[in-house]
Amino acid sequence: MADTAALLRSRSFVELGARQRARALLDAGSFRELLDPFERVESPWLARQGIVPQADDGVVVAKGSLDGEPTVIAAIEGSFQGGSLGEVGGAKIAGALELAIEDNRQGIPTRAVLLLETGGVRLQEANLGLAAIAEIQAAIVELRQFQPVIGVVAGPVGCFGGMSIAAGLCSYLLATREARLGLNGPQVIEQEAGIEEYDSRDRPFIWSLTGGEQRFASGLVDAYVADDVETIAAEVRRFSRLGRPDLERSRRYAWYLERLARFDASRQANAESVRRVYQGDPT
Amino acid sequence: METLSFEFPAGPPARGRAMAGCVGSGDLEVLLEPGRAGTLAIRVITSVNGSAQRWQNLFERMFREQTPPALSIDIHDFGATPGVVRLRLEQALEEVAHG
Repeated sequence: MADTAALLRSRSFVELGARQRARALLDAGSFRELLDPFERVESPWLARQGIVPQADDGVVVAKGSLDGEPTVIAAIEGSFQGGSLGEVGGAKIAGALELAIEDNRQGIPTRAVLLLETGGVRLQEANLGLAAIAEIQAAIVELRQFQPVIGVVAGPVGCFGGMSIAAGLCSYLLATREARLGLNGPQVIEQEAGIEEYDSRDRPFIWSLTGGEQRFASGLVDAYVADDVETIAAEVRRFSRLGRPDLERSRRYAWYLERLARFDASRQANAESVRRVYQGDPT
Repeated sequence: METLSFEFPAGPPARGRAMAGCVGSGDLEVLLEPGRAGTLAIRVITSVNGSAQRWQNLFERMFREQTPPALSIDIHDFGATPGVVRLRLEQALEEVAHG
């Protein structure tokens, strides 16, 4: 039976919008938004294509603190255009990370938290979104040499496309049960591989391969967290205190490549066989 | 997509600014800022074409009941129903009044 008292006590993180999420994770009262919606730095491309823009382009960037330590946080709004990253939203994240790098060069130990709720590049802005994502990735790699970059994939959108690579570059990655993490989204895979191999409407199957629990069991995510504001805030602080990891996951690529090379792709993959690739005996 | 403009009589300028909502399916974003004394200016960008009369009626109904403060309101609408529009506006007006 469900623990009703616990359910009533918990506050869902997944249900919060990007600005509320950022505010909820930073130390109380420390949230200070950069380029807030009233600055109206919005996409110059969407309206020309007949799409209503959002005043903050779906990205909230804020300075604040975690346990008193300087922190920059970027939260993507999954409800606006599927959390897609265009020129402006992408540049806001990249710029915030670059300022954090600059801080560290000046001796200010600014760390970063990325709340990733995104289908990846915004197709309406094509190359400009791709370029911004490349800048974000480069900035993560540079910043993580100073201070941890902590990624959180909470759901319900998940994290896909180029931003899944950005997630993979983070010092630490947290995911909930609701989260999905993958390079291509389910519909794209279905279109390419065929519905026999990958049925995008089969939700249990999709989550069994790309869901937060599976990614954690495969060692591709560092913490599997409940959808609860306090829990996620505590976990983000725990990783922030850990400082930089000895070796980031993405720098262990040779180990991953070797495991993947031994995987027999002629058989249909399932949750179990994928976990074995990353954790156990891959043959 | 359509851009619409509306003006209504208003009181003295509001003191603060406020925002509510998000440009998500069936929702909208409203941004309220202090405006020119005596005027409530609203600019609506909406994904639903041909809906000017509906917006006019909704605003008239809302601001007939009590004179709003002078504001400049920006609305980015993604197919919100009149009920949701009113909810978001009231949410932000409340914040401007007491924030």
